[in-house]
Amino acid sequence: MQVKPSGTLDEYLAPVTIEEAARALADGRASVLAGGTDLMLQAANGRTPYRGRLVNIRRIAELRGAAITGGRVRIGALTTVTDILNHAELAKAVPVLRQTADKFASNQIRNMATIGGNICNASPAGDMIIPLLALEAEVELASWDGAKIRTREVALEKFFTGPGRTVMERGELLTAVSFAVPEAGHRVRFAKSGPRPALEISTVSAAFAATCKDGVTTNVRIVLGAVAPTPIRARSAEALMEGAECSGDLAARAAKAAAGEISPIDDVRASAWYRTHLTEVFVRRLIEDVCHG
Amino acid sequence: MSATVEINFTLNGRKRQLTIDAGLSALNLLRDKLDMTGTKYACGEGECGACTILVDGLSVNSCLMYAADFDGRDIVTIEGLRSDKGFDPMQDAFVEHGAIQCGFCMPGMIMQARHLADTNKDLTYDGLKRGLEGNVCRCTGYKKVFDAVADVIGIAK
Ligand SMILES: Cc1cc2nc3c(=O)[nH]c(=O)nc-3n(C[C@H](O)[C@H](O)[C@H](O)COP(=O)(O)OP(=O)(O)OC[C@H]3O[C@@H](n4cnc5c(N)ncnc54)[C@H](O)[C@@H]3O)c2cc1C
Ligand code: FES
Ligand code: FES
Repeated sequence: MQVKPSGTLDEYLAPVTIEEAARALADGRASVLAGGTDLMLQAANGRTPYRGRLVNIRRIAELRGAAITGGRVRIGALTTVTDILNHAELAKAVPVLRQTADKFASNQIRNMATIGGNICNASPAGDMIIPLLALEAEVELASWDGAKIRTREVALEKFFTGPGRTVMERGELLTAVSFAVPEAGHRVRFAKSGPRPALEISTVSAAFAATCKDGVTTNVRIVLGAVAPTPIRARSAEALMEGAECSGDLAARAAKAAAGEISPIDDVRASAWYRTHLTEVFVRRLIEDVCHG
Repeated sequence: MSATVEINFTLNGRKRQLTIDAGLSALNLLRDKLDMTGTKYACGEGECGACTILVDGLSVNSCLMYAADFDGRDIVTIEGLRSDKGFDPMQDAFVEHGAIQCGFCMPGMIMQARHLADTNKDLTYDGLKRGLEGNVCRCTGYKKVFDAVADVIGIAK
């Protein structure tokens, strides 16, 4: 019953500061362990072989927790999905994060799964990623340059390069994700599909964000998950809606445009045809909900 | 060569010190190294909840947790719910409500129910149903399980 993991695991470290972790990752032959809900299975089935050293970052207190300061939300990489669900201030400022967290896996998984792990796992179906893209979030990356910590920020939209692939270099640690608190009147909603609400890797997921004022939609963002190699923004559907009057068949037209921007696959969860159909339905419903609800 | 780690933790109230393989799952540690087979292995991939334990008071799937991460933590398994005074009220309620059939899912179900009772002060009946979403039972149909938990938490159906 014990599966032999792939790759080599010849050292284990549990650093307590970002600097210690960055040093432990510096030579590029280390795997990061956060909640482990992806890594444990992926190391066993060969998708993510161990790189030699296992660096458990769960003891780094400064990586956990969310705060809102100066109009920006900053969520530490180790903040769990349960932490997000229970964070009253966050839920008030950005309800869509709690809405998404509530649809995530099961209680037990939410207690372990971290937001940083969800982002770094880079699944096109990663749920927390979808609203974060609609919020135009950026991620903070830290690494050790031999003498000190080097940090850089990357727009989340530029972060993903394919399924399980990101622009992150081997020695880098994702430390936080941040975004501006949405302006008053700007609403963001999330939807995901699955035969049942719990424990469902999304067949299709979507987020819609817009400000609908005096019958006109602005700041439109449409994000789609599980329908392309990475989560995507549906730019032509966004352009069609930007500055348009939110009435008549606008929602239906934008939804059709969004469905035209995806490159879904057939797999065990759904056919490409069904994913296209769901995308259109979800986007239309989300638009109607935000603009008329 | 496989890395080993020394871990110090509390298991069901008792301090433990062990040296283990760094890649070992918490479930394998409990069942295969410590012979504590109350925690069940079923899917091994986070889908069924049979392996649920409490770590620092929060329920987790032990099949997805690294045993190395037990270090410094307080662990409670189904074996830990029984004390000199008898069974936990949650265990008694499951028996009284006839909520157990083959019993295989029950250690995980009861640990998750314990977590819900301990962490959600104003849980509703629907809320507890959602709280048990990560626990699959092939026998009972869940109704009596929900009623047992509702009884312990003191909520009306
Ligand atoms: C049964 C089940 C149900 C699930 N349901 C859902 C669901 O509904 N929605 C969903 O989106 N996901 C789901 N998942 C997937 C998984 O739980 C999430 O992706 C989770 O957020 C991963 O976080 P983690 O902390 O457990 O990551 P880990 O497993 O610890 O890490 C994931 C990957 O990211 C890397 N990593 C983690 N943190 C960092 C960091 N700070 N810096 C650099 N690299 C890092 C690790 O090296 C690893 O490769 C499910 C998984 C299971 C097993
Ligand atoms: S054995 Fe862990 S969730 Fe099924
Ligand atoms: S009682 Fe048999 S699986 Fe639940």
